[in-house]
Amino acid sequence: MMASHREPLLNELGKRDGEHPETDVERKKLPLPDLTEREVMKHFIHLSQMNYGIDCGFYPLGSCTMKYNMKLLERVVKNERVVQVHPLQDESTVQGCLHILHHLEQMLCEITGMDAFSLQPCAGAHGEFTGMLMTRAYFEQRGEHRTEVIVPDSAHGTNPASAKMAGFDVVEIPSKDGMVDMDALEHALSEQTAAFMLTNPNTLGIFEKDIQLIARKVREAGALLYYDGANLNAIMGKTSPGVMGFDIVHVNLHKTFGTPHGGGGPGAGPVGVREHLEEFLPVPRVVRQGEGYALDYERPRSIGKMSMFYGNFAVLLRAYAYILRKGNSLQEVSERAVVNANYLMERLRSVGYDVPFYRRRMHEFVLSLASLKKKGVRALDVAKRLLDYGFHPPTIYFPLIVEEAFMVEPTEDESRETLDSFVNAMDTIVHEDENIVRGAPHRMPVKRVNEGQAVRNAILTWKDL
Amino acid sequence: MEDMLTYLGIESIDELFEDIPEKMRTGGLALPDAMEEREVEERIRALLAENKSFFEMPSFLPILKPHYIPPAVDEIVARQEFYTSYTPYQAEASQGMLQALFEYQSVVAELTGMEVANVSMYDSATALGEAALMAHRITGRKKILVPRAMFWHKRSVLENYARGAALEIIEIDHGEDGLMKLNFSGDDIAAIYIENPNFFGIIDRRYDELSKIKERTGALLIAGIDPLHLALFHPPSHYHADIVIGEGYLGNPMNFGGPLLGIFASKKQYLRQMPGRIIGATVDREGKRAFCMTLQTREQHIRRGKATSNICSNQALCCISFLAYVALLGSGGLRGVALQNMENAHYMAERLKEVGFEMPFDAPFFNEFVVTCPLEGKELNKRLLARGMYGGLPIDRYVAKGMLFGVTEMHTRELMDEAVETMVEVVA
Ligand SMILES: Cc1ncc(COP(=O)(O)O)c(C=O)c1O
Repeated sequence: MMASHREPLLNELGKRDGEHPETDVERKKLPLPDLTEREVMKHFIHLSQMNYGIDCGFYPLGSCTMKYNMKLLERVVKNERVVQVHPLQDESTVQGCLHILHHLEQMLCEITGMDAFSLQPCAGAHGEFTGMLMTRAYFEQRGEHRTEVIVPDSAHGTNPASAKMAGFDVVEIPSKDGMVDMDALEHALSEQTAAFMLTNPNTLGIFEKDIQLIARKVREAGALLYYDGANLNAIMGKTSPGVMGFDIVHVNLHKTFGTPHGGGGPGAGPVGVREHLEEFLPVPRVVRQGEGYALDYERPRSIGKMSMFYGNFAVLLRAYAYILRKGNSLQEVSERAVVNANYLMERLRSVGYDVPFYRRRMHEFVLSLASLKKKGVRALDVAKRLLDYGFHPPTIYFPLIVEEAFMVEPTEDESRETLDSFVNAMDTIVHEDENIVRGAPHRMPVKRVNEGQAVRNAILTWKDL
Repeated sequence: MEDMLTYLGIESIDELFEDIPEKMRTGGLALPDAMEEREVEERIRALLAENKSFFEMPSFLPILKPHYIPPAVDEIVARQEFYTSYTPYQAEASQGMLQALFEYQSVVAELTGMEVANVSMYDSATALGEAALMAHRITGRKKILVPRAMFWHKRSVLENYARGAALEIIEIDHGEDGLMKLNFSGDDIAAIYIENPNFFGIIDRRYDELSKIKERTGALLIAGIDPLHLALFHPPSHYHADIVIGEGYLGNPMNFGGPLLGIFASKKQYLRQMPGRIIGATVDREGKRAFCMTLQTREQHIRRGKATSNICSNQALCCISFLAYVALLGSGGLRGVALQNMENAHYMAERLKEVGFEMPFDAPFFNEFVVTCPLEGKELNKRLLARGMYGGLPIDRYVAKGMLFGVTEMHTRELMDEAVETMVEVVA
């Protein structure tokens, strides 16, 4: 299904001595290829044909919420009054942008139950880092010296990494039955605790039922509760982080709000807070001024800036279009996502796959493929074999608390037929000869890639080749 | 969906949400009704009508500037196989993106003269923050020296990145030539950050002096570069920079300030301390060339709290725009655009001097420069605005009545002449 030709590197396509012997320019050599537009287009089209995007097929990558990216979003950003607008223009000439930012903040407040938002963080992890710096500022302001942030062992790697970057010591607590272990949490909480970071539903796709108790315990310890919004797609209109008792939230617009992932980015990771933390949000804040809007930098307790300007504006605008398009039917998005996930989980169980911590799930679930190990087949092999059947594999080896984890998130956009055909492929694979599975993929532009060699012998530019 | 519920043995969707405690159920969202596609477009177009684009209101604002982007760039990044894909964890299904990102790393390496580059930080400011942390990890030291004159937004971001590791940021003043003084001394210096061209647009050609910083202080040299400037002037490797950062605006429009692309390159000896994703060339099972993400043990999904950075999603698609732009222009085209920028900027500066603006620094510049205005910069801009145009960025905090101008190939002679005439009129 994907073109299996090989494409030369750009520097192999054209002459690249880049000699410019003129005497008046300091740099005489700029070794970049000189190609025609025709050659360049052909090159990139060939490359694109060796890449799997959402429009190619099912992409059930757990935790990443690979929903269909509406083409509408691509059109609205191609406006000259976005593309050709400088971030430092006079406020009176960017009222459209400011209006959109302000309205988007308000709608995110409604969806998450927060009181104020900053759209400046450029991704989820950047939002976490922002939240942790605000946590720091909050306790400094109160004259409290708190040095620890607690995260569950099921947390995404960015959670501990962001806490650490903000200068906190990370305390990891074990899970119990796939959920927060209350005893472990109580044990870990102390007057040293600055925050507890949690996703809910968690990375197993399980809703933390004890969230009320968790929130109370965290509050009693004087700490803040941080919501990693990576899984917000499960609960829109059903509950909200604010109602659950969270103080700080980040949302991933490239997950829940349908903006494309771009092969790794750019996304956007707005951060929302309850009222008691609003004064610490990054500057500038977008504020109403008379009939219009203004950028307010006069916030003495703000943590300052997190990125060059106001965040990834073109991504924010796409998310704005997404929310307008869905409106109050966002709730149905979550419903569909949850139905699809539960249906797919039950179907996969029915063909023999194992779901540790089995119970009803929200928008995603995690299989363990550990039982295939006796055949010498690992989660990685099944993932690679799925490629041969035209599917993008689920997330593998995350969360860390499930052996041979296979994390499936179908999203709301897939039909029952698609889910069924995925189950058929999974069913076929378990029964296949293990050598075929271990040798997969067989029908991709390249065979199994040797990632170990890439580490041992680091070839990182075309000069190294 | 009914049939799926039947399969699950439930009657209503609500049963799937029963784990949410009753007290916490919100029962819907107070958002407007869903809109048709056409309505969304109309709404957004109407809102954006309140903006003025560069073509409606030309400006000379610096830092991020308008550049011409060949239409082929748009077509390339509009390929759904690129823009809708996730981070290329599954190498066999992502060879296109991986190869393109490998090419991006190669192009950044060629432009900067450095040995390795990652596939992006969020922007130049966060790249600087990450560079400071990396220098701290390598040297075990705590002081970061920065020019007093730098874009204040970038400075603020750097402070936030430095906070957790308790790095001390120390400002170094500039001399009369507008360049950061290099006669500092002291111990515990992790890194010196210089910009070239610097905040005032001045090209720093003190190559010998810059080369010797490391030997003299044991600190790393972080160079903030402009990729277009590198088409004409020596790359930072020439003066032995250890880490290179910059704004990768080539091929990426202004978009009201984002998304941007933080360039990050380094010497190979520091590879294991680098933040962010890195693509490597390897082979597949049959020994044929293939590409994959590599050195992932530096990253948060493996190393968690001990990772070199928390970054996960980055600005990958902006790398593709950058690469496509450079590929389309080639070495000749890139130099052409760079020369045009420099020429236009010098033309504008000369015209302004003719009409009474002064240049506080007698120094070589690329496509940005400082003038002192006959009146406060803010006031000048206000008057220009009334005439449908805008000047540069007022920088009174560094130069009294100072204004930083940015000029590119988009500023035609006619536009510059008209702007100068208008300035004369509004000053009078
Ligand atoms: C649970 C969870 N938290 C945080 C993140 C980090 O988000 P981002 O990639 O936007 O930085 C992710 C992304 O994959 C995630 O799945």
